[in-house]
Amino acid sequence: MTTRVGVEVSIAVADAVKMCNAEVIAAYPITPQTHIVEHLAELVANGELDAEYIPVESEHSAMSACLGSAASGARTFTATSSQGLALMNEVLPVASGMRLPIIMAVANRALSAPLSIWADHSDMMSVRDTGWIQIIVENGQQAVDNIICAFRIAEDRRVLLPVMVHLDGFNLTHVIEPIILPEQSEVNAFLPTNKYPLPLNPDKPVAMGGFAPPVIYTEAKWAQEVCIRDSKEVILACWDEFGKVFGRQYHPVEKYHSDGAKVILLTMGSISETASVAIDEMRADDENVGQVRLRLWRPFPFEELRQAVKDAEIVIVLDRAISLGGPGGPVASEVKAALYNQARRLKVVAFVGALGGRDITVAGFKNMIKKGIEIARTGSKNEYEIYGVRE
Amino acid sequence: MAKPESEMTWRDMEIGNIVTEPGSARQYESGTWRSQRPTYDFKKCIKCGICQLFCPEGCIEQNKDGNFEANLFYCKGCGICARECWPRVIKMVEEEEK
Repeated sequence: MTTRVGVEVSIAVADAVKMCNAEVIAAYPITPQTHIVEHLAELVANGELDAEYIPVESEHSAMSACLGSAASGARTFTATSSQGLALMNEVLPVASGMRLPIIMAVANRALSAPLSIWADHSDMMSVRDTGWIQIIVENGQQAVDNIICAFRIAEDRRVLLPVMVHLDGFNLTHVIEPIILPEQSEVNAFLPTNKYPLPLNPDKPVAMGGFAPPVIYTEAKWAQEVCIRDSKEVILACWDEFGKVFGRQYHPVEKYHSDGAKVILLTMGSISETASVAIDEMRADDENVGQVRLRLWRPFPFEELRQAVKDAEIVIVLDRAISLGGPGGPVASEVKAALYNQARRLKVVAFVGALGGRDITVAGFKNMIKKGIEIARTGSKNEYEIYGVRE
Repeated sequence: MAKPESEMTWRDMEIGNIVTEPGSARQYESGTWRSQRPTYDFKKCIKCGICQLFCPEGCIEQNKDGNFEANLFYCKGCGICARECWPRVIKMVEEEEK
């Protein structure tokens, strides 16, 4: 019998990894991710999870150990955050280029300097082009569900790519939420055994991670691009199957009263739930506003996004990351790129805010939407608007 | 043997570019890196093989006369053999010189 329990989200994520029978965990602690790997270490030490736990000396080593583990065909998990993810950066494109299905929970946190342990999306955006599938969640239940899905997606013979599941630091990792943990038997039935097709094996030797001269590098990268692009079909099928089995359905672009709405607010991550309350209140006042939330950041869901905003005149995008000296936040850039060549041009107003753990309240989102509508009508000399900065 | 790399399309790439058969590096012509080429005055060669021992590419073999000679398909033209050859058999020349 599946029951809903009150549990810290980090602990629930670790329990989900346990239910997925991860075989190797190589990780280094960093706030606000620590509780995830701490609990996994406890599960392994107590004999509740039959896995190798490799306590490494840095995140660079953690990801390097994960490469070897995944290459041997073991189900592999790690978790990190912020500077830890930045330290892993050198190894991340190796994992995806070698097509190794590694699962990583990323507790989204601002990048230094100035030092901040609090949530924003600057870490996940800094690894945007490393070839990993990136899924972002809004609450603890979604984190648990998408960890389970991530293993199935990554290890699928048609995909074989590493997957990051992003959950906002503290806002999600350190809160206690009511979460339905599925039954072990359900997870076993949903998640097939990991069968990496060409594992390291002394009886059938292969060479991995070789070098590619100019004559073959472009072919190698294009093969990888086609793979991550095509992985969307597998991701969609996985979420459909998950919905049928567990009753919770996920989409690359989640819609909230957006069909027919003239003004759409686009958000990502935990702050989206606060934004939804603002949408509710504005709709109660007869304002024609809706919301879309990005779930899948890589591969970017171009078609689904265009569909979701097809009735809108204005899209207001909130980025929790600042692309310094650039065109605004990475999400707004992507949204603009996705819509630029459409026959019908709609206005995209970009906001950057909620940086380094700064909250945006319901009233704040209502204010942002109103300001966004005004800018869409009057225009602005700014590439984007910074939200909530004290002048 | 698989196709030569220059004929492979992106569809031919193995998962993660894994190499499944041994010896594939043999088809890589590192000789294209060369800007200088070793030339030989074999009358002076005492067949000591010191050039072969020092060659970082491992591309020096004995020819049919027993003299040591670099395989120019692989030789990168580093000139270490010429420096180490104390009977002065080997002289490096610019690639464009005949």
